[in-house]
Amino acid sequence: MIRFENVSFSYEKGRPVLSDISFEIKEGEAVGLIGANGAGKSTLMKIMLGLLPAEGSVTVDGLQMSKENLREIRRKLGLVMQDSDDQMFMPTVFEDVIFGPVNYGLTREEAEKRADEVLGSLGITHLKHAYNHKLSGGEKRMAAIAAVLAMDPVYLLMDEPTSALDPANRRLIINTVRALPGAKIIASHDLDMIWDCADRVILLSGGRIAADGPADTVLRDKALLEANRMELPLGLQRR
Amino acid sequence: MADIERAARELREMDELARQGSPVHALHPLAKLAVTVAYILFTLSFGRYSIGALFPMILYPAFMFSLSGISPLDCARKLRVMLVMVCAVGLFDPLLNRQIMLSLGSLNVSYGTVSMITLMLKGVFCLSASFILAATTPIDSICGALRMIRVPDLIVRLLLLTFRYVSVMVDEVAVMTTAYKLRAPGQKGIHISAWGSFLGQLLLRSMDRAQDLYDAMLLRGFRGEFPYADMKKAGAGDAVFVLVCLLCFIFLRTVNVGDMVGGLIV
Ligand SMILES: Nc1ncnc2c1ncn2[C@@H]1O[C@H](COP(=O)(O)OP(=O)(O)OP(=O)(O)O)[C@@H](O)[C@H]1O
Ligand SMILES: [Mg+2]
Repeated sequence: MIRFENVSFSYEKGRPVLSDISFEIKEGEAVGLIGANGAGKSTLMKIMLGLLPAEGSVTVDGLQMSKENLREIRRKLGLVMQDSDDQMFMPTVFEDVIFGPVNYGLTREEAEKRADEVLGSLGITHLKHAYNHKLSGGEKRMAAIAAVLAMDPVYLLMDEPTSALDPANRRLIINTVRALPGAKIIASHDLDMIWDCADRVILLSGGRIAADGPADTVLRDKALLEANRMELPLGLQRR
Repeated sequence: MADIERAARELREMDELARQGSPVHALHPLAKLAVTVAYILFTLSFGRYSIGALFPMILYPAFMFSLSGISPLDCARKLRVMLVMVCAVGLFDPLLNRQIMLSLGSLNVSYGTVSMITLMLKGVFCLSASFILAATTPIDSICGALRMIRVPDLIVRLLLLTFRYVSVMVDEVAVMTTAYKLRAPGQKGIHISAWGSFLGQLLLRSMDRAQDLYDAMLLRGFRGEFPYADMKKAGAGDAVFVLVCLLCFIFLRTVNVGDMVGGLIV
């Protein structure tokens, strides 16, 4: 379980980005994290990963966020970044995918086996030896997902997984994410994607949690969404 | 400015070169690193005027170019800026030292000219040797090799991040110059009045990206070690390579092959 208790954070003094946030995410839950631009979605994820130091208490599976626990906590969380270019730092897809597993103690052979499995399950075996800088946006996003899945995270964190993708690739990512087992936390403005992928939705606004409930309730609340610069998912509008 | 985009592409091409297969690529990174360092030290140790003795040192890069299948022209093209800088180092020697060293027929060659040429040769040789190392060995493997010989973690980390940072920065320059050009049609380069803000922006943007990149590495378990780097297997071939190279360097350094050959001809 990921637990935030009274977490506050600001980049600059006097301008809190998150204030007094508390929530819990259980193993196996699929949670959508929504909110307008600048609401603090990415910041929240970085705090969860221990990339930013926040006030309050953050625990992951009982491990308190601290320097000693950092490695173990990060092992449980896999982040697919907003910008795949920053995530794919090795020159080829294969090297990128084995990077995490080998750093966490697998041999190269074991890691290669893991890589083959993951690439196969995502249907991108043909990209194994491709150079990252020659991939299209959609291919790169799939490769980034593969690199994270290869680490076998307990909780999968995705920051805007469908941004900058064409409709076909967007659909591909949505279907991929839907099919993944395990806990998922997805930050996005793409409410249609959240509708498809999440059971529960947390809405951030002005540094606080404005709503936290079943997707079916939050995403149907037209007034609430509009007050937060969002619209009903398209799938729910035609009625 | 297509130049900058070309630079970005060329950096990426280094990664591709480093992943090809050739006998040189197959050598252990540590072996290549050791030989490269030795080569540079030997080359730099030649005297200012020992042009004849120095020249045979060209054998090593020449041999390695042909063995690795990497084109010396490609090397010269990628290193053009550095080559110019290295060659510029000795440019004033001929002016400072005009004393005649030797006469070839009617051509008088001064000490200054000889030392200039020697300096240039040294520069070109050392750059070529470093290029060969970089073009046949992925950066992570070089870093792994450095860690094996106990170079401090911090220094190796810095080397790796600098390498990554340079490509991020070149990318950002490309994006920003394109954005600038689109809004300043018909203008050559970037107007001097915009340089300050341009550089400031560049620094901020590339530092942000570098931070994200480093975060991405940390999140996937990076701790300054390189178990993921392709280190090949060290074998007898590596030992032979190091040994033969070192013996050759020592031979070329102690026996003046240039003069010997010259003596045979005259
Ligand atoms: N490195 C930083 N330094 C200072 N302020 C920052 C930094 N990063 C983000 N912020 C500010 O923090 C707030 C939250 O940013 P964050 O990136 O978390 O929002 P977000 O919900 O992910 O937005 P988006 O939907 O645009 O990705 C914004 O007001 C932003 O300006
Ligand atoms: Mg964001």
